[in-house]
Amino acid sequence: MQETVAGKTPAGVRLRPVNWLTVLFIGPFLFYVFAFLVLPSLRLLQQAFSGEHGFTFKYIAQLGQAQTVTAFVNSIILSSVSALVGLLIGGVLAYLILRPGAPRGLRSMVTSFSAVAANFAGVPLAFAFISTLGSLGLVTLWLKGLGINLYAQGFSLYSVTGLIVVYAYFQIPLMIIVITPAIEGLRGEWREAAENLGANQWVYWRHVGLPILLPSLMSAYILLFGNAFSAYATPYALTSGSLALVPVEISNVLSGNVMLSPQTGAALALGMIAVMVVIMLFYAIAARRAGRWMRR
Amino acid sequence: MDDRNNKASRRQFLKLSAGAVGAGVASVFLPGLAGTAAAATHPMDKMLIAAAKQEGRLNVIALPPDWANYGKMIKTFEQLYGIRVHSASPDASSAQELQAIRSLKGQGRAPDAVDVGPSFALIGAKEGLFQPYKVSTWDSIPSGMKDPGGLWYGDYYGVESFGVNRSVVKNAPKTWADLLKPEYKGMVALNGSPLGAGAAFGAVYAAALANGGSLDDIGPGIEFFAKLAKAGNFNPSSAKSASLVSGQTPIVVNWDYLNLALTVKNKHLVQIDTILPEGAPPYGSYYCQAISQYAPNLKAAQLWEEFLYSDAGQLIYLEGYAHPARFSDMVSRGVVPEKLLKELPPAKPYKEVQFPTQAQSEKAQKMLQAEWTKAVSV
Repeated sequence: MQETVAGKTPAGVRLRPVNWLTVLFIGPFLFYVFAFLVLPSLRLLQQAFSGEHGFTFKYIAQLGQAQTVTAFVNSIILSSVSALVGLLIGGVLAYLILRPGAPRGLRSMVTSFSAVAANFAGVPLAFAFISTLGSLGLVTLWLKGLGINLYAQGFSLYSVTGLIVVYAYFQIPLMIIVITPAIEGLRGEWREAAENLGANQWVYWRHVGLPILLPSLMSAYILLFGNAFSAYATPYALTSGSLALVPVEISNVLSGNVMLSPQTGAALALGMIAVMVVIMLFYAIAARRAGRWMRR
Repeated sequence: MDDRNNKASRRQFLKLSAGAVGAGVASVFLPGLAGTAAAATHPMDKMLIAAAKQEGRLNVIALPPDWANYGKMIKTFEQLYGIRVHSASPDASSAQELQAIRSLKGQGRAPDAVDVGPSFALIGAKEGLFQPYKVSTWDSIPSGMKDPGGLWYGDYYGVESFGVNRSVVKNAPKTWADLLKPEYKGMVALNGSPLGAGAAFGAVYAAALANGGSLDDIGPGIEFFAKLAKAGNFNPSSAKSASLVSGQTPIVVNWDYLNLALTVKNKHLVQIDTILPEGAPPYGSYYCQAISQYAPNLKAAQLWEEFLYSDAGQLIYLEGYAHPARFSDMVSRGVVPEKLLKELPPAKPYKEVQFPTQAQSEKAQKMLQAEWTKAVSV
């Protein structure tokens, strides 16, 4: 930030007056970002490369171990699929409750439920699902009574598939919350204009609705991906480490009772940051392409 | 820890260690404690108490009140010496305890003494986070369980046991092999990942000892859990006390003192049996006390250790079903009340308990890291 004082310098050059209001609000924000995002990331970087005798590639090399690769693959599959489930189901739900013809009570009911469910995670969520869809869960036994044996068909709550189902519980509501303003921003006039020009539902969405929503949908997808990618308490309570996932691996080496290797944790965290950076890059490229029509 | 790991030395561990307690033992009757208790009598004893009272405060960390009877331990210490005990983050892990020593250095709320797993005791000693102190009952702490220089010393130990909720499980399993029976589908759980939770790590080790493995080879333990998972009996959710009591995880492999405490606590609610599996050498693990290098209340910390290792303190551990470090010595001196011994599982398995050395532990961890998730997929 430029520290300038409004008024005349000795040379007589008039400087632009500082907008103190801006400084007052942006300053703390920048400080916050620096203290809680930039500094910890630099610390991670330093930690991941420092062994007992100075600089080392040992911990970064550990990222190549079979079990670490598996953890990253599992985490990425789980996050991308559960984000997609959230995006599709949440997006359609949000559209349905915001339609002009939708019952009035429905909207407030869905949004208030979403606000609660989006924040329902961790051990309580895990045990809620064990009680319903676990191998002795209520729904599992109930379906068994109907002749459908989930677990014999290959479903397991404690697998990647099972976790996708569990994550959907908070991903869908989160999607509804974040996409609502964007859907509300679609103006009725645009639809009317399109219809007057002879567009049907499909053509309107294909050429007007979705292109306008696309940047928001992509941002929402990234948010959901990150949300699932960093979830820790829920999968730990569900799988006790029998399913390799990056956040669980980090907690094992960082805050467990069995072993301690903070540098390995730092290297794993760097790996997570790298994954997020790649996704953000994809997003940046896609957003520029998607936003091209705006600049015409 | 030295690398002597023949059976003889481990058996030595539980035999009465030689070395009588220092000269002149004054018997003091402590109100509210079972039996009489010999308080520590250092020449500096009175001075230590006075100095600790002067500080008037003790900071401890990671001591859940229902774990090894720490709730009563803290209360008794406060009543006895009029020192206020600040108990921070009761559910913290060993790694977090060491982190607290590092990051709270120089602050009034920094931990004075910690209770950590053996591998963390070694890390702490290596990093210079602890300062040496030898309690007056030092000689009767088994030699395999303490740092020769007095940087850390084992305080209590337990063995792996099955905690079984009898309202769900009609026929309780008696052996490791029993757990594979089809009637236990989806019932057998651990308290977390064996790479993060001490009791879960111990469970895999115990299964190894029962299935032809050894302290040098945890492989058969991993294979056992792989079989358990294949049979559909392994429940991968992390067991909590609540999930055992409610029956969501009706069979939990955990330390005997945790299962026994649950048994007693929920007596009126549900029958929980604590079973030491038959036909297998029991696998044990102990925790270690250490005084922080940066303890803000050093004298109170030393007095706390004296109290933990006095007969009175050791009996409080035992009331919480955790075997205190000086158990053998106390049994041989006849200071453990008969009533208390009756409440514990039979003494025989405890005589054969096996502890891994640090080198063996690390080898087992490496193998687990590489194999666990591959083997145990549900």
